[in-house]
Amino acid sequence: MLGAGGGTSSYKEMETTDLIVLWGSNARNAHPIFFHRITKGIRNGAKMYTVDPRRSESAEWADTWLGIDVGSDIALSNTVAREIIHAGLVNAEFIQHSTSGFDAYAESVETWTLERGEEITGVPAEAIRALAHDYAKAPTAQLCWTLGITEHATGTDNVLSLINLALLTGHVGRWGSGLVPIRGQNNVQGGGDMGALPNKFPGFQDVTDRNARAKFEAAWDSPVPAEPGWHIAEMIDAMDLGELTAMYVIGENPAQSEADVSRAIRLLDGLDHLVVQDIFLTKTAQMADVVFPAAAGWAETDGTVTSSERRVQRVRKALDPPGEAKDDNEIITMLANALGHDWEPRDAEAIWDELRSLSPMHAGMSYERLDALGGLQWPCPDDDHPGTPFLHGWLWEETLPREPAPFSIVEWMPPIDPLDDDFPIRLTTGRRLDSYNTGVQSGGYRSPIRADVVIDMTKEQAEDLGVEEREVVRVSSRRGSVEAPVRIVDGLRRGLVFMAFHAPDEVDVNQLTIDDWDPKSGTAEFKATAVRIESL
Amino acid sequence: MADDHVAYGGFHNAAENRHLLLPSLHAVQDSIGFVSHGALNYISERIPVAPAEAYGVATFYDLIATEPTPARVARVCDDIVCTAAGGDQLISTLEAEIGPEGAPNGEGMWVRSPCLGHCEKGSAAFIQRAGETALTIAPVTAEVVASVLDGTHETPESPRLYTPSFDALVKARTMGATAVRNEVTVSGIRGRGGAAFPAGIKWDGVADASGDAKYVVCNADESEPGTFKDRWLIETNPFVLLEGIAIAALAVGATKAYIYIRGEYREAENVLEAALEATGSDFGVDIEIRRGAGAYICGEETALFNSIEGFRGQPRQKPPFPTQSGLFGSPTLINNVETFAAIPGIIRDGGDSFARLGTKESTGLKLFCVSGKVAKPGVYQVEFGVTTRELINLAGGAVGELRAVLTGGAAGSFLTEAQLDVPLTFEDGRDAGVSLGSGAIMAFNTEVDMGAITHRIAEFFADESCGLCVPCRVGTSQQLEIVGRIRSGTDTQTDYDNLDAVGWVMRDASICGLGHTAANAIESAIRIGLIGGDS
Amino acid sequence: MIESTLPEPRMVEITLNRTAVTAHADATILDVCRAQDLDVPTMCFLETLSPFNSCRLCVVEVAGSRTLVPACSRIVESGMEISTDSERITDARRTLYEFYASTVDLSLADAETKNWMSKYDVDPDRFGRYEPHRAVKIQDDLYIRDYDKCVMCYRCVAACGPDAQNTFAIDVAGRGLSSTISTEYDVTLPDSACVYCGNCIGVCPTGALMFKSEYDMREADTWDEGRQSITTTICSFCGVGCNLELHVQDNRVVKVTSPMDHDVTNGHLCIKGRFGYGYLQEEK
Repeated sequence: MLGAGGGTSSYKEMETTDLIVLWGSNARNAHPIFFHRITKGIRNGAKMYTVDPRRSESAEWADTWLGIDVGSDIALSNTVAREIIHAGLVNAEFIQHSTSGFDAYAESVETWTLERGEEITGVPAEAIRALAHDYAKAPTAQLCWTLGITEHATGTDNVLSLINLALLTGHVGRWGSGLVPIRGQNNVQGGGDMGALPNKFPGFQDVTDRNARAKFEAAWDSPVPAEPGWHIAEMIDAMDLGELTAMYVIGENPAQSEADVSRAIRLLDGLDHLVVQDIFLTKTAQMADVVFPAAAGWAETDGTVTSSERRVQRVRKALDPPGEAKDDNEIITMLANALGHDWEPRDAEAIWDELRSLSPMHAGMSYERLDALGGLQWPCPDDDHPGTPFLHGWLWEETLPREPAPFSIVEWMPPIDPLDDDFPIRLTTGRRLDSYNTGVQSGGYRSPIRADVVIDMTKEQAEDLGVEEREVVRVSSRRGSVEAPVRIVDGLRRGLVFMAFHAPDEVDVNQLTIDDWDPKSGTAEFKATAVRIESL
Repeated sequence: MADDHVAYGGFHNAAENRHLLLPSLHAVQDSIGFVSHGALNYISERIPVAPAEAYGVATFYDLIATEPTPARVARVCDDIVCTAAGGDQLISTLEAEIGPEGAPNGEGMWVRSPCLGHCEKGSAAFIQRAGETALTIAPVTAEVVASVLDGTHETPESPRLYTPSFDALVKARTMGATAVRNEVTVSGIRGRGGAAFPAGIKWDGVADASGDAKYVVCNADESEPGTFKDRWLIETNPFVLLEGIAIAALAVGATKAYIYIRGEYREAENVLEAALEATGSDFGVDIEIRRGAGAYICGEETALFNSIEGFRGQPRQKPPFPTQSGLFGSPTLINNVETFAAIPGIIRDGGDSFARLGTKESTGLKLFCVSGKVAKPGVYQVEFGVTTRELINLAGGAVGELRAVLTGGAAGSFLTEAQLDVPLTFEDGRDAGVSLGSGAIMAFNTEVDMGAITHRIAEFFADESCGLCVPCRVGTSQQLEIVGRIRSGTDTQTDYDNLDAVGWVMRDASICGLGHTAANAIESAIRIGLIGGDS
Repeated sequence: MIESTLPEPRMVEITLNRTAVTAHADATILDVCRAQDLDVPTMCFLETLSPFNSCRLCVVEVAGSRTLVPACSRIVESGMEISTDSERITDARRTLYEFYASTVDLSLADAETKNWMSKYDVDPDRFGRYEPHRAVKIQDDLYIRDYDKCVMCYRCVAACGPDAQNTFAIDVAGRGLSSTISTEYDVTLPDSACVYCGNCIGVCPTGALMFKSEYDMREADTWDEGRQSITTTICSFCGVGCNLELHVQDNRVVKVTSPMDHDVTNGHLCIKGRFGYGYLQEEK
């Protein structure tokens, strides 16, 4: 955000901040060790708001839980913004000095009165007002989110709408105040850092930037296309149009993890050639023409990953991989040589050192320093640099070294999958504490607290439907249907049900979800599905 | 429904409600006689607090049962004064006629209890009754215990209160906080709870401490064996205590005060409740009564804070001291009942008139609880300076041939013949090794089995150790085992060496006063030959 | 407009074993001792948890104090005179270790404890050596609890509760020598609030709490720390970046811990980090 894509703050800031807003995140379950910091902060006196359709385990720690209707995040953030503006609580000096586009932005949120906000989000105006006032008045505040914000068709706009709130109040670029996306996997951040984005080189250098391209072309002795590539959702669409006919999938399982998974399987099946490189023989791998068995990146190979506080840390090989499985690095080298190149085998450190020579923000992160310091937070431009605990301190400098940070005008749109008489109930999805993604990895130990696949709903909802606890029901969306037993829980409400997605071999929840994707990030709308629930 | 879209609560709310835990447990205990798993879960959800924490708190206290328990439980004192008064025969009779200790007999059950603070009256029993008010009966007989357990006992009426004037409080308001504290300093009064800390320094400490909220806490958890003066004060003159607390609140800048009264003092609690109701709304301080639940350790000031806050009644490491960080982490003035009760007189007559009484370091009047083998056991108010022997004579003299005197309660020590003539002042006591403690003086004659008395003291500490720190948790229990061997004559020299090491480590390394003093009485009993050797 | 930098730490002058020392004003006596390479025994203390003041092994002498003073929780003050090497201290510590030996099975206590016991010439039989007699609690596939080995240091309670996990599945129940670590009404762990983060096990100094994987290997006599390597890596189950120490024996992960001195975890993990390695070594 505001340039390089990474969270602005250090985890440690959670311990001393005055206000925590946890938006679209059940960190207590999904990021338990990050939540330790939140509990420390709360114990040190921080107030916490959570924004989440569900009153989750995290929300139980909040002074106030705002249970918005699924997909109304922008409605809420725009309402909060208007209230901050109208109550005269903006940080006028900061806006004047460090931002641009305020007037147009203020105009764009003008229709978002507390009353309209309440109508669209379902949250009482008084609670929205309290969030606005507390956030604006807090000396320091951390605004944190996870996939509840991003796994929507409007995911990027959702994020921009939160950045606007930070810019309104000056809650960014200072110790204790920041914007904190917590990532779902150990190297989402690192993938971005390394240029695993359709439009970026390592270090967030733009492929459309002629100078950057020249630097990489020289280092790699190979031309690089000047046009951005496709992100995953665009690839799926390209497959549908016949523009994409071969695919090399490394460490992904689109046949189970994509939204509207039946469509994904059909398209994968129609490819001319599918290569899968994975540590498991996943459902996608089972469809492949060629499978490269890979070593587990975090325990069977060496390398680095980047955490949600931009901390680059080393992963180290502790185990020999089983059978013929090999390090991704080795597989790619072998493949390159099989394709006629002449690549010398290089170890992880050598590859990392090449990266450091090309990515200025990683330049000061030698393995030696990473080992000695327990990791470093980027940017870290040279060997004497201590790393960067928080980003965007430049916003507070007397003379701005860069263009001021722009407000973004974002419009609320209702979820793409509308509720109607046929599909009157909103299904949202998420993680449980002891499980991970499609469950392939977390299924490998016997958790005493693992719940069977269930559909969670309140007692009132179950009564409306005439179903009982543990009764197996059929859940249907416009795309497919699955069967699952009912579990009665608190924390939801009439019209809102929840399923985890960890056991697709038993209940494939992504049969239901919609694959309309955010044109800006390529992330699909996992969080808002219209469903119908029937007794069998 | 907007209500489904917002919820308030969270950690801070739970933390603010946590102090309701012990009162909630009391409410369930009083109503059904024990705290069932379902009731505990309900309390845990409502506060909210984790069930394991609530269970940890519930099981800390003797008066809270977590297993199904008969509706009426008689807690019969078998502590040292009651034993000396023939309590051992009472216990044998109960065993013969009702059944063994802790065995349900119909709707009733009896168990042994530490000192109930009615030592001037003879044997005492505290009765918990599901659905009815608890009560204390003293003196008590086996027949009365039986009638209580089968539900035929009739509860006597509460005493009537007189109308108070609060002229000292009125005067204090005109004087202002600083002048009030000055009078307290001039009076030279030291805390009456046992530690004898100068009250003026403490009051100034709280007044000068920085903090948004400040508290006044009255320690009425009188549980030291042989001590009953605070109960007597409350039952006979509750208004002077309330007035003293109100003056203290004014003097240190507190608007909220707590009286933490021991759970077995239900009659005194009722008197206080009635007195509080009679004070009216312009008292200047909100005084709340909190009931203990059967744990001697809660008389230790920081354990008392933890108990009020809804945690296990375990002591905290000091520093920080309560004047800086006490109840709810705020600056707190904590004094004993007797100390607060002396304040109105100091304000009314001036600190210097108080200071003229007693000695230079021990000013004013002092209440002594004289019990055991004396003709007229009771509370005696005397000027500082009298000796133990004089007090025993004041109480009508010893009954039979005086064998031993224990001052300061279980945490005190047995006196030598010479120590009987030491003036009971803080300075003389300190120099001569005589503990004033809480003002308990217990006399034993030659008919009393001093082995049993000493063993009961060791048992008392092993039962009442909270278990937090190792020296006290293990030391009190080792002490009990060794005293048991000494009493039965199966001891060896090693036992004496080990007892010495146990005493040292408890005194030197324990976290609080319970452990620091747990060996005093035992060591003095051995030193003067009450047990061991040729005794 | 930029936030000011942190204030310089205030320093105080103290005397440690008759030598003048300068220390941070907010340091504990234990911090100062360790900074001076002066080792002090502890049992309940752990850097990542609040001092609990239970074991009292760290007691030292402070001039003017009637009793010994716990080094782990006492903050230094200007002019404080501290000694750590007197006979009075040694006697107290020896007796405390002997107390432990009389109430607990110390066979799996950490090396630090065993070293100190030998240094202080502790006689484990002095107060009657403890005879283990309680059944090991095995209620699931991940944990075992052997309360014969529990020293009641409260570390597990602090890690489960306010100092890390904030789950409060366990607390101390009862009072005095008979107090125990317990769930409410001693319900089984799967029936309690436990979320199987393993942080209680991570902080246990005496092997009372143990991963079942280790327990099973010990029972089968295949646990061999001499053949184990420990490799630090990063957990793969979310984006927080927790450091994992993989204890590997014969190319199998046998235990997962986290470094106490690493800023991200402070030694604490969640169920996925502790146990999620299982898929690496499923028998296929």
